[in-house]
Amino acid sequence: MIWIRLFYEFFKAGLFAIGGGLATLPFLQEISQATGWFTQQDLMDLIAISESTPGPIGVNAATYAGYHACGVFGGVTSTLGLVAPSVIVILLVSKVLDRFKESSLVQHIFYGLRPASTGLIAAAGFSVVLATLLHVTELPVNPAGAFNWFGIVLAAALYWAIKKWNKHPVIYIAASAVIGIGAGYLHILG
Amino acid sequence: MKVLWDMFLTFARIGGLTFGGGYAMLPMLQREVVEKHHWATEEELADYYAIGQCTPGVIAVNTATFIGYRQAGIMGGIFATLGVVFPSLVIITVIAAFLTNFADLEVIQYAFEGIRVCVCVLIFNAVQKLWKKSVIDRPTTAIFLLVFLVSAGLAVGQSFYPELFSVSPIVYVVIAGTAGVVLHGGKGKKGAEK
Repeated sequence: MIWIRLFYEFFKAGLFAIGGGLATLPFLQEISQATGWFTQQDLMDLIAISESTPGPIGVNAATYAGYHACGVFGGVTSTLGLVAPSVIVILLVSKVLDRFKESSLVQHIFYGLRPASTGLIAAAGFSVVLATLLHVTELPVNPAGAFNWFGIVLAAALYWAIKKWNKHPVIYIAASAVIGIGAGYLHILG
Repeated sequence: MKVLWDMFLTFARIGGLTFGGGYAMLPMLQREVVEKHHWATEEELADYYAIGQCTPGVIAVNTATFIGYRQAGIMGGIFATLGVVFPSLVIITVIAAFLTNFADLEVIQYAFEGIRVCVCVLIFNAVQKLWKKSVIDRPTTAIFLLVFLVSAGLAVGQSFYPELFSVSPIVYVVIAGTAGVVLHGGKGKKGAEK
């Protein structure tokens, strides 16, 4: 029975969390309190691990929580529960869009949506840049320690390299990981 | 069958190589889906992200389902989704079973000092590409600036004043869609008459 319950709880999280992976966290908190399948400490570990492993954060979180609830198969069940609503809703939306693709109304809507979508992604990226390249957590800002110089220099170098070679993104990620490890052990992170 | 397998493998690669969640997946999607396989255009990617943000669930899964469905119907959507979650399932299960202190390992923390910087640059580069395709005239520039400034402003504000209100992506998407109809609707008709 726990499998059905597990699927159901994560299905709910997938259905009601709108706006991406981090939006699933409050739902996981609720599941933790309601069922005791995993603890608040597990949740804290889960956030750290989700952010330092590849893959969508919501999926990582569901797998981790499901594993803590009841093993490997628990992780699989909770992940399938989480993604099932997405798949159903998107398939329905796709079918509707297919029918109205040629409609000028839909085209006008997308004309407005595209720059908004770009704006939202740019804003999310901007927050990530601030959090990564600056160490600003409170006002007033202390200019002496406000810059992550290692990050700024690496970012400039990476941007130049991407524009010059345009290789697969994973090459730059792997190189950055190696540079980060080297800088860490040489104590030049800042 | 081959296209489904291709779909699974491509999205498994995208899922397994994306660090930092849905937005960080954009550079991978541009590379694999737009430039390599031509399963979608930049414009369509922007559309999928817009819809993905105001429909339930994980954005990466929503986008994978969209692209999979477009290429190979319902099974395509399902295979793309299974592909994008597969690496997470394997990696997280291994970590949960054997490496609970994974995130505390010194070498992992150092690696992520580098990876986080790289993700910033990749997202910036990805946004530049999307911008070229979606911000094409004055009304779209206005929509972009408005959404960016309000959304980024609120996010920065919240890091100093956590009690500050936030605006759901749905609100931006509904307003922008309406603006698209109002600002572009007249032009479209004229274009059709020609």
